[in-house]
Amino acid sequence: MSTATTHDEHHDHGAPSGLMRWITTTNHKDIGTLYLWFAFIMLLIGGAMAMVIRAELFQPGLQVVDPHFFNTMTTMHGLIMVFGAIMPGMVGLANWQIPLMIGAPDMALPRMNNWSFWILPFAGTMLLSTLFMEGGGPAFGWTFYAPLSTTFAPASTDFFIFAVHMLGFSSIMGSINIIATVLNMRAPGMTLMKMPLFVWTWFITAFLLIAVMPVLAGAVTMMLTDRNFGTSFFSAAGGGDPVLFQHVFWFFGHPEVYIMILPAFGVISEIIPTFARKKLFGYSSMVYATASIAFLSFIVYAHHMFTTGMPVAGELYFMYATIMIAVPTAVKVFNWTATMWKGSMTFETPMLWAIAFVFLFTIGGFTGLMMGIAPADMQYHDTYFIVAHFHYVLVTGALFAMIGAFYYWMPKWSGHMVSERLGKIHFWWSVISVNVLFFPQHFIGLAGMPRRIPDYSLQFADWNMVSSLGGFAFGLAQVFFLFIIIKTIRGGKAATSQVWEGAHGLEWTVPSPAPYHTFETAPEVR
Amino acid sequence: MSAAEQAAANRKVVKRLTIAAVAMFGFGFALVPLYDVFCDITGINGKTGRIELEAALGQTVDEDRMVTVEFLATVSSDLPWEFKPMVKKVKVHPGEVTEVHYYAMNKTGNQIAGQAVPSLAPGLAAKYFNKTECFCFTRQSLGPGEGKQMPLRFVVDPALPDEVHRVSLSYTFYQAEPVAAGKEDSSDSAQLDSIL
Ligand code: HEM
Ligand SMILES: [Cu+2]
Repeated sequence: MSTATTHDEHHDHGAPSGLMRWITTTNHKDIGTLYLWFAFIMLLIGGAMAMVIRAELFQPGLQVVDPHFFNTMTTMHGLIMVFGAIMPGMVGLANWQIPLMIGAPDMALPRMNNWSFWILPFAGTMLLSTLFMEGGGPAFGWTFYAPLSTTFAPASTDFFIFAVHMLGFSSIMGSINIIATVLNMRAPGMTLMKMPLFVWTWFITAFLLIAVMPVLAGAVTMMLTDRNFGTSFFSAAGGGDPVLFQHVFWFFGHPEVYIMILPAFGVISEIIPTFARKKLFGYSSMVYATASIAFLSFIVYAHHMFTTGMPVAGELYFMYATIMIAVPTAVKVFNWTATMWKGSMTFETPMLWAIAFVFLFTIGGFTGLMMGIAPADMQYHDTYFIVAHFHYVLVTGALFAMIGAFYYWMPKWSGHMVSERLGKIHFWWSVISVNVLFFPQHFIGLAGMPRRIPDYSLQFADWNMVSSLGGFAFGLAQVFFLFIIIKTIRGGKAATSQVWEGAHGLEWTVPSPAPYHTFETAPEVR
Repeated sequence: MSAAEQAAANRKVVKRLTIAAVAMFGFGFALVPLYDVFCDITGINGKTGRIELEAALGQTVDEDRMVTVEFLATVSSDLPWEFKPMVKKVKVHPGEVTEVHYYAMNKTGNQIAGQAVPSLAPGLAAKYFNKTECFCFTRQSLGPGEGKQMPLRFVVDPALPDEVHRVSLSYTFYQAEPVAAGKEDSSDSAQLDSIL
C-alpha cells in the first residue's frame, strides 16, 4: 500500500488510485475483481472460438475454416474455458467471498495473492500467442494426448507447455492461500463446521488442486523432454508408452473436473437457502459428500480410458467406482431439493440460475452415469454425446453457478442492485438457448457423430444446424451479460447491507458496497 | 491469535503444502516406473518376454493343444521401409520352439536404422509368449535399397490360459538413431531393456 498518495474522505483507507493500484494491490477484494474480469474476458475469447466451431458445423462440408484451424479452435476453446474462464472465475469468487464469509480482514498471504493473479495474464497471453505462430497453435485437443502433442505437434506446443506450467503455479499458490486463510483467519467462534458451504467446498477444492496440478506439471514436463531432449516417456519407439500419457493426464484430469464443480456446489448451497428462506438441509452431509466426492475423484479416472484395451477386471473396477460417485452427488441434489421443499421461495434472478443449475447439472450427471457403464461407453466414447455431457456439467453447471454467484453477490461488491428485469431476460435467454445448443448433441452423439471433426455426414445435418443456432443465441446472451455488468457497476438501486431478505452470514453484515477494508476487528460468531 | 502467531501459523501451512506440491510433482514421475511395474506384473500391455534357448527347449510340448499365432507388421510414418511377415500365421503346440521370418526393405538411397517394437494381443497372453531370438532385440540397419529376412524364434508357454486359442503378434518399425559405423546391430541395452 505504499503507493497510496492520497487519502480519500472515508474514515478508513480507501484504495490507492490509478493503474498501480491494480498492479501492486494485495487487497482481496481488488484481487477478486481482477480474477473475475480476467475470467470474463477469457469467457468471451473462448466463446468467440466456440462461435467459429459452431459456424463451421452449421452445415456439413468445409465452409468457414480449414480443418487444422478447426482443430486449433476446439483445442484452444477447451483450454481457455477450463484454465482461463472457469478456474480463475472460481478463484475470483473465493478471493472476494472467503474473507467476508469467515470474518477475516484479508487473505492469509496477500502478497502471494498478488502473484497468483498476475501470473495469469502472462500465461493466458502466451497460450493465445501460439495462434499466431508458424505452424499454428496446438490442435491436439484440450486433453493433449501423446503422440499428437509430442511427435506430431507444431513448434508452438512448447509455449503451450510453458503456459500450463505458469497456470499451475498460479493455481497452487492460490490454493495454498485459501487453505492458510481458512485454517488461520477464521473469526473467533467460526468453527470448521460452522463455515458456510462455499468456504468448505473451496477448502476441499484447494487440496485437490495441490494434489493434481503438480501431476499435470509433470505430464507437460515429460512432453517437453520428449519433444526436445530425446526422452521417450510417451514414445513406443524408445521404450515408452503413449497410453502412459493418458494415465498421467487423467490422474490430473478427473479431479480437475471436480475442481471446477465443487465451488459451484458451494455457490448453489448459499443461494438456495437464501431464497427458500430455510437453513440448508443436511449441512454436515453436504460437507461429507463434498469430501467423499473429492476422495473418490482420484480412483475413478480411467473411466476416460475404457476403450484403450484395459483388462476386463480394470473396466469393472473403474465402472463400479465411477458409478459410486453418483451417490454423494445425489446426496447433494437431494439436499438442495429438500432445502426448497416447503420453503417460502421467491424467484429472484440468482435463484433462477441456481434452480436451473440443479435441473441441468443433474442431466449431465445422468449422462455421466450412462458413460460410466463401460460396455455402453464403447458406443458413446469420443462422440458428441461426451460433448453434451461435459457441457451440461460445465456450462449449465459450473458457469451457471458462477453467473448465479454474480447476481447474488454483485450488490455486495458494487453497492448496486442488478436490474431484475435485465437479469431475468439474461436468464431466460441463456437457459433456453443453452438447451437448444447442447441437448441435440445427445442425439447426434448417440447416432455416432465423432467429436473434434470439422465435417460430418448428412444425417447429422439437421441437429447440427439447430445446435449452431442455439450456440449463436447463447453467445449473444453473454455479450448482453457484459452490458448488464457494466450497467450495474455504473449505477442502480442502492443495495442494503443484507441485500436479500433471507440472507444469512457474515458477508451480509458489512455495508454494501463492502468497504475496502472489512473485519479489521474480528466479528464474534455465536 | 496475535500477528506473530498468525504469521508463524501461515508459514507452517505454506511449508507443508509446498512440500505436498513438490511431492505430487515427484509422484507424477513415479507413475512412469509404477506403470511399467504394474504392466509387468499383470502382463497387460502386450509386452512379450525373452528367454534363453535352453530354457525354451526344456519346456514340455503340449501335443494336444494348438494355438494360432498371427503376424502383423506396421511401419511408422517417418520410416520409408517396406516391412511384412513372410508367413501370415502359423499353428503351434504350446512348448514348441518355432522360427518364422519377417522381411524388411529400405526404399531409399540412404543407410537407415530402425527399431521394431512388439505388442501381443490379447494383452493377458503376453506374459506366456516368449522369444529366444528376435530382430527386435537390436536395431536393424539397412543400406540403400537393401532388403533382408529377419528371424524370429518363439515359444508359447504351455501355461497359456485354456481359453486363448489365437494370439496376434504385431511389430511396429520406428526410425532409430543411426548406428555408428562398425557397430551395426549392437544394442543400446538400457533403452532396449525397457522395450522388451
Ligand atoms: C455423476 C457424475 C459423473 C460421472 C459418472 C461422469 C462420467 C464420465 C465419463 C465416464 C466420462 C468419459 C466418457 C468418454 O470419454 O467415453 C466423462 C467425461 C467427461 N466428464 Fe464426466 N462424469 C460425471 C460428472 C462430471 C462433472 C461434474 C464434470 C465437470 C464439472 C465432468 C466433466 C467431464 C468432462 C470434461 C469429460 C470429457 C473429457 C474429455 O474431453 O474427453 N463430469 N464423464
Ligand atoms: Cu472423469
